[in-house]
Amino acid sequence: MNNVPAIELRNITKRFGTKVVANKNVSLTVERGEILAILGENGSGKTTLMNMISGIYFPDEGQILINGEEAVIASPKDAFRYGIGMIHQHFKLVDVLTAAENIVLGLKGSFNLKKAAEDVKRIAAQYGFEIDPMKKIYAMSVSEKQTVEIIKVLYRGADILILDEPTAVLTPQETEKLFKILRKMRDDGKSIIIITHKLHEVLAISDRVAVLRKGEYVGTVVTAEATETSLTEAMVGKKVDLNIERSLSANTPDRLIIKGLTCVNRDLQKVLDNVSFTARSGEILGIAGISGSGQRELLEAIAGLQHIQSGEISYIDPNSGVLENLRDKTPVQIRDLGVRLSFVPEDRLGMGLVGNMDITDNMMLRSYKAGNSAFLHRKEPRMLANEIIESLEVVTPSVSTPVRRLSGGNVQKVLVGREISSAPTVLMAAYPVRGLDINSSYTIYNLLNQQKERGVAVIFVGEDLDVLVELCDRILVLGSGKVTGILDGRSTTKEEIGLYMTKSTAMEAEENTAKEENADE
Amino acid sequence: MDFSVFFQRAVMQGIPLLYGSTGEIITEKSGHLNLGIPGIMYVGGISGVIGAFVYQNSAGAGGMNPFLAVFIPFICSVLGSLIMGLIYAFLTVTLRANQNVTGLALTTFGVGVGNFFGGYLIKLSNADIPSIDITPTSIFFKKTLPFAEDLGWFGKMFFSYTFMVYLAIIIALIAAYVLKKTRVGLHLRAVGENPATADAAGINVNRYKYSAICTGSVIAGIGGLYYVVDYIGSWSNDGFGDRGWLAIALVIFAIWRPHLAIPGSIVFGGLYILFQYIRSDDLAAQEIFKMAPYIVTIIVLIFISLRKKRENQPPQALGTSYFREDR
Repeated sequence: MNNVPAIELRNITKRFGTKVVANKNVSLTVERGEILAILGENGSGKTTLMNMISGIYFPDEGQILINGEEAVIASPKDAFRYGIGMIHQHFKLVDVLTAAENIVLGLKGSFNLKKAAEDVKRIAAQYGFEIDPMKKIYAMSVSEKQTVEIIKVLYRGADILILDEPTAVLTPQETEKLFKILRKMRDDGKSIIIITHKLHEVLAISDRVAVLRKGEYVGTVVTAEATETSLTEAMVGKKVDLNIERSLSANTPDRLIIKGLTCVNRDLQKVLDNVSFTARSGEILGIAGISGSGQRELLEAIAGLQHIQSGEISYIDPNSGVLENLRDKTPVQIRDLGVRLSFVPEDRLGMGLVGNMDITDNMMLRSYKAGNSAFLHRKEPRMLANEIIESLEVVTPSVSTPVRRLSGGNVQKVLVGREISSAPTVLMAAYPVRGLDINSSYTIYNLLNQQKERGVAVIFVGEDLDVLVELCDRILVLGSGKVTGILDGRSTTKEEIGLYMTKSTAMEAEENTAKEENADE
Repeated sequence: MDFSVFFQRAVMQGIPLLYGSTGEIITEKSGHLNLGIPGIMYVGGISGVIGAFVYQNSAGAGGMNPFLAVFIPFICSVLGSLIMGLIYAFLTVTLRANQNVTGLALTTFGVGVGNFFGGYLIKLSNADIPSIDITPTSIFFKKTLPFAEDLGWFGKMFFSYTFMVYLAIIIALIAAYVLKKTRVGLHLRAVGENPATADAAGINVNRYKYSAICTGSVIAGIGGLYYVVDYIGSWSNDGFGDRGWLAIALVIFAIWRPHLAIPGSIVFGGLYILFQYIRSDDLAAQEIFKMAPYIVTIIVLIFISLRKKRENQPPQALGTSYFREDR
């Protein structure tokens, strides 16, 4: 092989509107047969940069060279022509179509799905994927969907693969499997660019790391010579303390006792199956599980937003010690008891904040019942809004800026800040750091720790197992709606959690195959 | 009551709906809910009438060429509805205007255009009654297969129709085949389900949207032509009734599948004329029966909503605009 890099970016600049500069003078190279990790905080322009290579956006300035020749990538079609394939963070798949149909989507030439399915199987076998080409996308798990995405770009003959946060939705075991496949592709001579927030993954998979900070290119380092601390410093631009202070509370009375909780969804499938646990005050109870294992339903059931089929939820009042049954109470009554839910869904705004309203008005969503007059009192909410902006360092032009215009991290700070301000006794935070960079994440972790020290029973649903292990006192693992284990946060490892996460699904898979075998006979 | 006669009438009533809903299904598959279909069908009708009227008067009743007598109204109707489709596509695809508002405006606009030209032509023709007589043209449209008569009830039910009836069924079958079995159909469905995905896969989203909307409008417009020139044979203002809305309801009834719209249109046609078999002095009962197609549509909606089968749902991106650099 010669020494011409597979991709070379020269002084790429991209602006959105006149004010926002997403990328400024970025220059970097990707060699053949290497895995390059791109590292940067939220809003540092990683995804924008990759979107320019894959033809979604077009750079305002600068050149892109593919195999040493200047390339004009004006559309995703052009990108395919240059052998570039991108696997997006939010999968670009059509739900009602099969895997094979999705894979041939957009291609020209003869239309033969049977042959396509065979080719797909061949590619899958070559790299060690497992896939059923005739399965509909909506019936697939997240990791299966990702497999379809990767095969889709390979099917098109891509030599350069870009993966945007591929591990965000995978279990540790699935991640390990993916990395094995990626290494195989690299050894096959393909160039792979991987975007991720998780430093230990960067160290595990990549050959070199390119760091972006606020849209600018900081530099590239060889992974073997880097450490988590050195990468964080390069990314943030200053020294960051990456330790979570986990204090041990002396006094942890029971606050919330859940017994045999079962909920069903619209299709009458059990989304929560006989869940029992206790949340204690002055303790962070982590909830781990593959996404969609019942985390959302559990929190909603406690907050009174979910219909409960059977089971009990009891709340012990910290002042009087009276046992209250939450099952018979309305969401408003539960809120008044001090049980607060801050849920950060995938789109961040969905539950809790109204995007088109400003921070003050969003504060009022929680206090709209205060006062007896027909008119709104804006003064107190505005003070609260200012307080949150100041104490949590929310970056916003003013309190009257619509929340929609804030960046993801700031939106989350507003949401969590509002729930904490009401002095809760139980604080439920689901995915509060979803998509946040390291700095903002640690601000949120510290907030949760402060609440815990104040004697709040914190329930934390998280995706990053490393954080769960560092932050939580106890970790409850959900698998397909069942509690598969309650582990001690100080002694467990993420591998152990990962095993518990897949425990019930593995059991089910075995049951299913057993059933199928029976059916075959 | 002779069933073969009822069936025949139901088919003829259903054909404008079949054209309309085949057109609307193709449009909706691209992710665009075109509520302008009633207006487009109306314009398709009046455009054909204009063509027929002009050719009729210039050639004289005796000197009409059969081919031109069919071809001229046909091409006029296609052009008229194509223009309507282009207006809708430009507003909703290029300018990304709200689809519901645009569609409703287009319906109002189309009915206005139709009534304007209708009124003008009525004035020109100096008729005693306020309608335009296009019987000379209509004769050529109404040619049927000669052997149908010899086959009794069977012939009446299946072979007694004009060419535009068979054309509607052929178009619906072709549309179903293209959507299900071809690459173009796969791409179009992808555009309507998830335009961002289609775009990332290298499909020209806007081209597919424009093509689907315009094709759909033209097909729907021919339905208007059929009703006026073939089924009725004369134009009077506001004579088209609520058939346009019924065509949109039929899309739901057929769960977005053109081949299911064929039996669906016959059912709707039958329900639509059912009231005529009620005693004519019982107006209240007649009105109740006129609601039948809509009630059936609501029941179908309830069923497909209850079953929640993904394949029976409307295209996922229906009603939303797509902009690639939307952040």
